[in-house]
Amino acid sequence: MISVRSLVKEYRVPVRPPGVAAALRALVHREHRVVKAVAGVDFDLRAGERVGFLGPNGAGKTTTLKCLAGLLTPTSGEVRVDGHEPARRDDGFLRAITLVAGQKQQLLWDLAPVETFALNRAIYDVPLDEYRRTLDELVALLDLAPVLDKPVRQLSLGERMKCELAAALLHRPRVLFLDEPTVGLDVLMQAAVRRFVKAYNERHGATVILTSHAMDDVTALCPRILVINHGRIVYDGSREALVARVRPGRRVTLRLSSPATDDALAALDQTGAKVTARSDHELVLQVPQRSLADAVSLALARCAIDDLTVEEPPLDEVLAELFAQPGADA
Amino acid sequence: MSEAAARLPWGSKALALLRVGLSSAVAYRGEFFVWILTTNMPLVMLALWTRVAADGPVGRFGARDFAAYFLGALLVRFLTGSWVVWEMNFAIRDGSLRTRLLRPLHPFLHYAADNLAQIPLRLVVAAPIALALGLVAGPSRLTHDPVQWALLPVTLAGAWALVYCAMLAVATLAFFAESALSVWELWMALGYVLSGYLVPIELLPAGMRAVAAWLPWRYTLALPLDTLLGHVDRAATLRGLAAQLAWTATFLIAARALWTRGLKRYESFGG
Repeated sequence: MISVRSLVKEYRVPVRPPGVAAALRALVHREHRVVKAVAGVDFDLRAGERVGFLGPNGAGKTTTLKCLAGLLTPTSGEVRVDGHEPARRDDGFLRAITLVAGQKQQLLWDLAPVETFALNRAIYDVPLDEYRRTLDELVALLDLAPVLDKPVRQLSLGERMKCELAAALLHRPRVLFLDEPTVGLDVLMQAAVRRFVKAYNERHGATVILTSHAMDDVTALCPRILVINHGRIVYDGSREALVARVRPGRRVTLRLSSPATDDALAALDQTGAKVTARSDHELVLQVPQRSLADAVSLALARCAIDDLTVEEPPLDEVLAELFAQPGADA
Repeated sequence: MSEAAARLPWGSKALALLRVGLSSAVAYRGEFFVWILTTNMPLVMLALWTRVAADGPVGRFGARDFAAYFLGALLVRFLTGSWVVWEMNFAIRDGSLRTRLLRPLHPFLHYAADNLAQIPLRLVVAAPIALALGLVAGPSRLTHDPVQWALLPVTLAGAWALVYCAMLAVATLAFFAESALSVWELWMALGYVLSGYLVPIELLPAGMRAVAAWLPWRYTLALPLDTLLGHVDRAATLRGLAAQLAWTATFLIAARALWTRGLKRYESFGG
């Protein structure tokens, strides 16, 4: 469905030193420097996959996404999406995709969302009966009925985002590019958006590529992760394998009725468990997978425990560790 | 939606675009009427030239001829004006062009639909001016030729298309330079003189009249205005229409070429 080969995108950025003399020089000779935002990216996505595209700010995520959506022309390399070359922006391509960005909107600001929906129906040539069917489905899934006729400017951020999703999906695109779709939303609305995206993917077999700094989005939606840093893919695989590679083991959190003794901590240390946070009422341990059973048994025997949880380390911590590793940009 | 899905008929698609465009225009009617109030130069010229003509006609223009001319200029300006140069320049620079680039409708057509959807509002403003023109000019100062009356809407549509395509060509410069709007200001400054906006072209010195005939501006205003007021015969109107079409095609070709090249280097910052 999506194939990217040796994708490079460079920007020419004007260099303008401060001062009047430099400004005058720039009138006759403007200097530029080349910034390589994407430095040779390769990956393939199958139809119906949900993939998280992660990386720190400035890593090249959004630039890659814009190349895939046909908004940017690659400097070199080859990109194919649903059989089309995105930079050509032919009709068939534009009808097959949609791009939803959490901080941008396509809704007409002073009109009700139904006006944008009607506009998109006309532009995407959606027959009236199909439009009504799809709209009914989207209204039900996203609970849009109360906001359809209100001017967009009067909607809350969450209501607007749900309407953005509906406007973006009325033509039933086969490829969804989602750029920070839950930014600024409260937790309930974030969960609603995630549920909706997953339901749309499962119902219509659409391919979803998601960039987000909200790791809950990625954890809930994306079995596969692509990590980009300094314009290069540094990881491509399952979320579980990433966690196992970067921070093998489990995070064990103990809620204590009394503080852990130094003896107990020393015994836990013998099993390979490392204390990552400690207070009188809580102890957080990073435990290697192979000694998990020993460490948990020891903790239950030597500490006064009210509650105990065992979980994967949070994805954001795993990513932070990955980016901090030497050679993470290669 | 499958790629093979049937397309909507162009008529129903255009109607839907115009209907939503009109809803937007009505929502922004405040802005629209402020623009109307700022388009007052012909009224200033009307006051100035009728005062000049009070002591005797200037060429063929007496005081009432000037009044008819500048009311006509205001009418043509309201009916053929466009904002696309500001809208597209802003959209390119702040990245909001993204929304239009993602839709399977060329932004040139989308902006045109937005513009044409304003026609009902423009007619509301134009109607009292047309009435005033009728009262001031009387039948003797308007063309008596039914063929010229039939050609008038064609010259008006052509004037709109010429202004629109010239604006597209200038707006697409925003892909390459930060000063596209300065180019448009230059266009307007030249157009004030060479379109007949400040002074009827036939009152310009002979050399300037000859230059004006070869440049695009007179076909944005003087052509429909002279047709309306009977200042030119059918043959001149038809020649004017041909020149209008040629300039429109020239600007459209330039705009297309700039658009294609511009998109390749577009960085879509902020969008």
